[in-house]
Amino acid sequence: MFSEMFYKLWDNNLIQMGIWETIYMTVISTAVAYLLGLPLGIILNVTDDKGICPMRWLNRVLSVVVNFFRSIPFIILMIAMLPVAKLIVGTSLGNKATIVMLIIAAAPYVARMVESSIKEVNSGIIEAAQSMGASNFQIIRKVLLPEAKPSLIVGAVISMVTVLGYSAMASTIGGKGLGQIAVVYGHQRGNSDIIWICVFLTVIIVQIIQELGMYIARRTDKRVRN
Amino acid sequence: MIELKHMCKTYKTSGRDIVALDDINLKIEDGEIFGIIGLSGAGKSTLVRCINLLEKPTSGDVIIDGKNITALKKKELLKLRESIGMIFQGFNLLEQRNVLKNVCFPMEIAGVGKKDAEKRAKELLEIVSLGDRAESYPSQLSGGQKQRVAIARALAMKPKYLLCDEATSALDPTTTRSILELLKEINQKMGVTIVVITHEMKVIDQICDRVAVIDNSRIAEEGKVSDVFAKPKSSIARELIIPQDRAVLDTKGGRKLRLTFNNHYSNAPVISNMVLECQAPVNILFADTREFEGAIYGHMIIELPKDSRQEDKIISWLKESNIQWREED
Repeated sequence: MFSEMFYKLWDNNLIQMGIWETIYMTVISTAVAYLLGLPLGIILNVTDDKGICPMRWLNRVLSVVVNFFRSIPFIILMIAMLPVAKLIVGTSLGNKATIVMLIIAAAPYVARMVESSIKEVNSGIIEAAQSMGASNFQIIRKVLLPEAKPSLIVGAVISMVTVLGYSAMASTIGGKGLGQIAVVYGHQRGNSDIIWICVFLTVIIVQIIQELGMYIARRTDKRVRN
Repeated sequence: MIELKHMCKTYKTSGRDIVALDDINLKIEDGEIFGIIGLSGAGKSTLVRCINLLEKPTSGDVIIDGKNITALKKKELLKLRESIGMIFQGFNLLEQRNVLKNVCFPMEIAGVGKKDAEKRAKELLEIVSLGDRAESYPSQLSGGQKQRVAIARALAMKPKYLLCDEATSALDPTTTRSILELLKEINQKMGVTIVVITHEMKVIDQICDRVAVIDNSRIAEEGKVSDVFAKPKSSIARELIIPQDRAVLDTKGGRKLRLTFNNHYSNAPVISNMVLECQAPVNILFADTREFEGAIYGHMIIELPKDSRQEDKIISWLKESNIQWREED
């Protein structure tokens, strides 16, 4: 039913490794992207003219930087950032370098996601907290983040799926994963079934992330439970 | 005591400056329920936000218990706000926290220990008759219940003052009444000074001791509620007391008079007597009576017959009977 190549890859655990590497790169990159993007998104939100701590110049500067990175197509960003990867992880090749690229691409994306999630928090609730004497830091920690939590989780799911998509381009700089298997063993050696198997596996992974994430978001949200 | 002195607030926009408050002078005494009434856009919400400096006045002073709070440092201001509770039209509860945690929130902010906070929160929920809903989330409550939670939350830090910004405007008449009763109870039992912002006269006459009528960013009139209701001096106060004013007065027909009754006349069949004695028919366009501190006050707008002889008769009868009246235009 499948090509000889498939059995060869399967028996050598290459497909299984591919699945693992895709998941591993996606999860690590998204996690680190959130470490950077979450504070960045919060700063973007609170320093906005309508935020709780308006600081126009900082907001402008960060906004321009974020937009700059977000406007570059990932494949170009990857090549352009090779020296940066070398600087951070000591190599501009392979999975490690790919993770650095994914973080550089995802962090600004995450920042915008976080910014827009927080923007959804009812301004009246923020005002109520201010009327009680809450400091800006308390408002961020006790109002903005907890109230935006369901939306932040949905944002994380979307970000993770996006990162997973980007990770398929990793083979350009010698990264592994399902994308690399599809390109190298499927496309370049003319085994269309390998391509489709990789497509199928990716869809399954995306579905699992999506469904699981949405389930958690629903469970967290206290607004609809009756 | 809350004192506002020559307070102005101007919003700068790119085009022109918008004046929201213009030379506001008010004194709110301890222990009273003070109403601020006005149409939407009159500046009343801005005014109440200037009391706890959620909005910074452009000029003028806000003096609370003798201290000018516009000069406070950020930290001192945050501390001061703990002693001024506030409730809102939209309730503004934290939707991801249950009722108990919502009431605990201001205590968390102030650094009260969790155990003490929960104990106090439970007591407060009993006061607002929601002791059994501690574990519920705001989305599971009705509007009136949400406002009760908000009131409990506003009282958590034992504030001296409670600011209510259109607190009943999103509620139906029955719920409005029960919330107002609760506020009155809080005022009487806990001695909390309450400032009520509203556009509804019925809120003012149900609970307020004194009222300021705000129109076009200025205070048009101020005084005891019974005085303002019985003898509204400004046209805006008249309009708020009889909201149907315009539609009523727009009808074509004879001259229209507004009669004002004090306690004595409210119980007498004045109009019947007038019609019988003058032998002239009148058309009643509007009538309303209200009770303040046990006394009844009434307003009535009547339309006189077009016959000038009958008209004169009625007017002279009114003059003889010592009934207060004025012509409406």
